[in-house]
Amino acid sequence: MEQYRINKDNGLEFGLYTLGDHLPNPQTGQRIPAQQRIREIIELAKLAEEAGIDFFSVGESHQDYFATQAHTVVLSAVAQATEKIKISSSSTIISTLDPVRVYEDFATIDLISGGRAEIIAGRASRVGLFDLLGYDLSDYEALYEEKFDLLLKINENETVNWEGAFRPALKNARVLPRPLDGYLPIWRAVGGHAASAIKAGAAGVPMQIAMLAGPTQNFKETIGMYRDTARQYGHDPDQLPVATAGFFHVAETTQQAQREVYPHINEGMKLTNGAGFPKRGFAMGADRRNVLNVGSPQEVIEKILYQHEQFDHQRYIGQMDFGGVPFDQLMRNIEWIGKEVLPAIRKYTKKEADQ
Amino acid sequence: MKIVGLSGSNVGSKTRTTMKYVSEKLTSQYPHVEWTFIDLADYSVQFSDGRNYLDYEGDTAYVTRTIMEADAIIIGTPIFQASIPATLKNVFDLLPINALQDKIVSFFVTAGTSKHFLIPETQLKPILSYMKAQTVSTYVFIQEKDFMNKEIINDDIIFRLDALVEDTVMLTDTYKRIREEKESMYDF
Repeated sequence: MEQYRINKDNGLEFGLYTLGDHLPNPQTGQRIPAQQRIREIIELAKLAEEAGIDFFSVGESHQDYFATQAHTVVLSAVAQATEKIKISSSSTIISTLDPVRVYEDFATIDLISGGRAEIIAGRASRVGLFDLLGYDLSDYEALYEEKFDLLLKINENETVNWEGAFRPALKNARVLPRPLDGYLPIWRAVGGHAASAIKAGAAGVPMQIAMLAGPTQNFKETIGMYRDTARQYGHDPDQLPVATAGFFHVAETTQQAQREVYPHINEGMKLTNGAGFPKRGFAMGADRRNVLNVGSPQEVIEKILYQHEQFDHQRYIGQMDFGGVPFDQLMRNIEWIGKEVLPAIRKYTKKEADQ
Repeated sequence: MKIVGLSGSNVGSKTRTTMKYVSEKLTSQYPHVEWTFIDLADYSVQFSDGRNYLDYEGDTAYVTRTIMEADAIIIGTPIFQASIPATLKNVFDLLPINALQDKIVSFFVTAGTSKHFLIPETQLKPILSYMKAQTVSTYVFIQEKDFMNKEIINDDIIFRLDALVEDTVMLTDTYKRIREEKESMYDF
């Protein structure tokens, strides 16, 4: 795990992620300006660090209602504004980018941040960027696999010799700068689908799995398949960290947390995916066995600990700004996290606690 | 209330003729219904490649978005090779898996032979159930002999189509009320 800068003994890492969505607040119908949204994301990272949160990441999405298409630029600003929080992408769409360029960007962010940068590479859940950046959607799978492989190869070797179908060959090419420790943690983003988790296991790379809602048990199965496949392909699952990602919101009571965040998630899903979040499904999210981390601090703590018990994962990252959630509410969330959630999670997942 | 009529084939006239009757019945009797008729013969819809329906453009975007915005859908389909036409199946493939959740779907079928009477039960209904539609249980099966010069000449078919239209509107109204009542019980 050391190569991924994860120390299991420290217990479950807690992080935040934003997709950089730029959606109207359903309560007011208003969108804040893009400039304000980006500045608030940087501010959020600073507050997260002050609260003791371990990790902060920014996603890349090229469609209407998003503001962080140039997510490496935003991460660079986050690197400058913070001192110790780990920073990453969730995710970088490696399919339509040049892995050399991605590596250069993230190695630079790693140097700016003093060795805090990571890459979480995905293959795009929405595909508008294929036209925008000049790629053929029929190469969807092949593009991702080839470019992800190249990214891993660049991470292993400063001088690269490589040939593929979607990028000019590299002959004794030196990819610079190198990250602070000579190596970046590179994760595969998995959209919850078992096939993708199996590929991550076969490649022997850390997996970050998105789980918006549904039974914890289902995701436990997928994570199990990831680890089984890793073992079959000769990798040691104990050396491969797993991260889970999903909606997060805390308030005084579970009812209040649901009331506060449901309209944002529902309306946001409608605008970005075309279908809202059914109320019944959201209500089921309050059950301890459901992965949706929305509730009172105590209930969310219990759920995260239950998930940790089931998954034995190394990092949980929460999305709490989806759908135009006002900044003061995000600040309140961070306060709860710092005061209640983090101390409890650390107390119960740190190695010393077991002894 | 938005109801979409979806004629599932790009050839032939029987389904179009029947949909024309349904359309007149619906718009004359239920003025509160916002009726849109999509005859797939009029549109160039591309094959599904697995992307989110919002990422398509042109006719494909129009057809999928119109269906997604509907409260109810009345499907008319012929039977080809003992199954639904590929054009109609493609529309299902273009939509998300839960696309028909909270939507009422009713349908009529036109066919060359009565031997295909159970095709909708085995070919169409499983797809609609999988996509979580609330289906009107009775459908109307119409044969070659029920038409003459692009008119329906069998009164039994007329009566059954009238009932289909009425059931569709009634179920849509009722289901909407049930949902509202259920959702008002949630505290968010």
